[in-house]
Amino acid sequence: MATTAEILEKLAELVNDVVGTPVEDVQLDKSFVDDLDVDSLAMVEIIVGCEEAFGITIPDEESKNLVTVGDAVAFIEAHQ
Amino acid sequence: MTTVVITGIGATTPLGGDAASTWAAMLAGQSGVSLIAEDWAADLPVRIAGQLKVDPAERIDRVRARRLDRSTQLALIAAEEAWTDAGLTWEGSGEVDPERLLVSVASGIGGLHSLLDNWDVQKERGPRRVSPFTIPMLMANAPAANVGLAVGAKAGVHTPVSACASSNEAISLALDRLQLGRCDIAVVGGTESTIHPLPIAAFAQMQALSKRNDEPERASRPWDRGRDGFVLAEGSAVLIVETLEHARARGARVYGTLAGSGITSDSHDIVQPEPSGEGQAQAVVKALADAGLSPVDINHVNAHGTSTPQGDLTEAHSIRAALGRAADSVVVTSTKSMTGHLLGGAGSLETLACVLALRDRQVPPTINLEDPEPDLPIDVAATVRELPGGDLAAVNNSFGFGGHNVAVVVTNANVSR
Repeated sequence: MATTAEILEKLAELVNDVVGTPVEDVQLDKSFVDDLDVDSLAMVEIIVGCEEAFGITIPDEESKNLVTVGDAVAFIEAHQ
Repeated sequence: MTTVVITGIGATTPLGGDAASTWAAMLAGQSGVSLIAEDWAADLPVRIAGQLKVDPAERIDRVRARRLDRSTQLALIAAEEAWTDAGLTWEGSGEVDPERLLVSVASGIGGLHSLLDNWDVQKERGPRRVSPFTIPMLMANAPAANVGLAVGAKAGVHTPVSACASSNEAISLALDRLQLGRCDIAVVGGTESTIHPLPIAAFAQMQALSKRNDEPERASRPWDRGRDGFVLAEGSAVLIVETLEHARARGARVYGTLAGSGITSDSHDIVQPEPSGEGQAQAVVKALADAGLSPVDINHVNAHGTSTPQGDLTEAHSIRAALGRAADSVVVTSTKSMTGHLLGGAGSLETLACVLALRDRQVPPTINLEDPEPDLPIDVAATVRELPGGDLAAVNNSFGFGGHNVAVVVTNANVSR
């Protein structure tokens, strides 16, 4: 089971990998779209990356609820 | 008739990472063909290609590159060079009216690497692992669309697809749009990146490729009796073309004029050129008429000259048929002897080479022409040849599978005639 800090660290790595946003900018209160330059297609890549990294499934209908980094971390914590 | 001038050039090719180094290597008679080092090539019947001299990763950062097919990356590199060469600011704004700016950038095949790589991913790891960027990366209009986004073009973004004639057709299309008054300035050219085991195997199955694996630099040898097919190559070349009025208004430096173009279609066979070369000759005739020039005005032809046994001969006769006795004083070359065949990038690269040949009054050689076909009806430059002083004009030929014939005429910077 990954801790909150570990999930955030991995998520920051993924965001950096996909859109180049510095890892230190990826904080719980940040919006993927508004703050981190993540567009809809990049979000798909990040979600698939999370599924691989944490061994979970994030249904498409759920992904639209992941607005902030905190939303994503909470979902992963609850489902891993 | 609206005069259209060429004001910027850019390229990334097997000979160099920009237009200047590519041109210097052409005049030096260097070959850009080499052995493919990757393991995947080991079992292929053809293991040589015209591979890029400069890795695009040196110019396009990792994050951006993962959303762009390699063919689009090359087009962006060439377009940025051409745009800045024309005195404009890349990804800037305000210098050119976007409503009057057009893009016409071709690809013969499209985002082949993105298509095949993602199919590999899907087969091995399932549909959930396919990149969501696959479609905007593989679509044939992706290079033009991305160039259009970079420069802010709103007068239309076009992608003519006519195999190896594609980028000459892209140039022709823009010329027509400029002369119709639909735009004032255009980014034109082509790109291709297909050095991958599938197209190599497929072209080899057609017996189209040279198998001279032990002598890569000697493999592309147009009109030489030892030629055995073309050499696949990758790269992109882009030009900035605009109305003379627009160029003057912004004080642009002018390389020469884009004087005319001619297009025909053979309606003969899906891959073989019509053997008499009539369609090819008519493309040149139409291009001269479009330019308001006569055969005696032409000093130089950059031939399609791919180094295939039949294609080179058909073209030699079609050039003679189009120019008649005037062909005696026309210096013909095939720069594919050095670059290999860039498919959808070939036409614009060779039009660019014509522009620089007229500027420098020097025709680059057709290298490896050691044992020329007997009784060739054209004068092929085996070494660098000088062009005379005064007004100069050149024809660039491009032909494609499907029977596409596109000739483009350029003249040197004197725009008085």
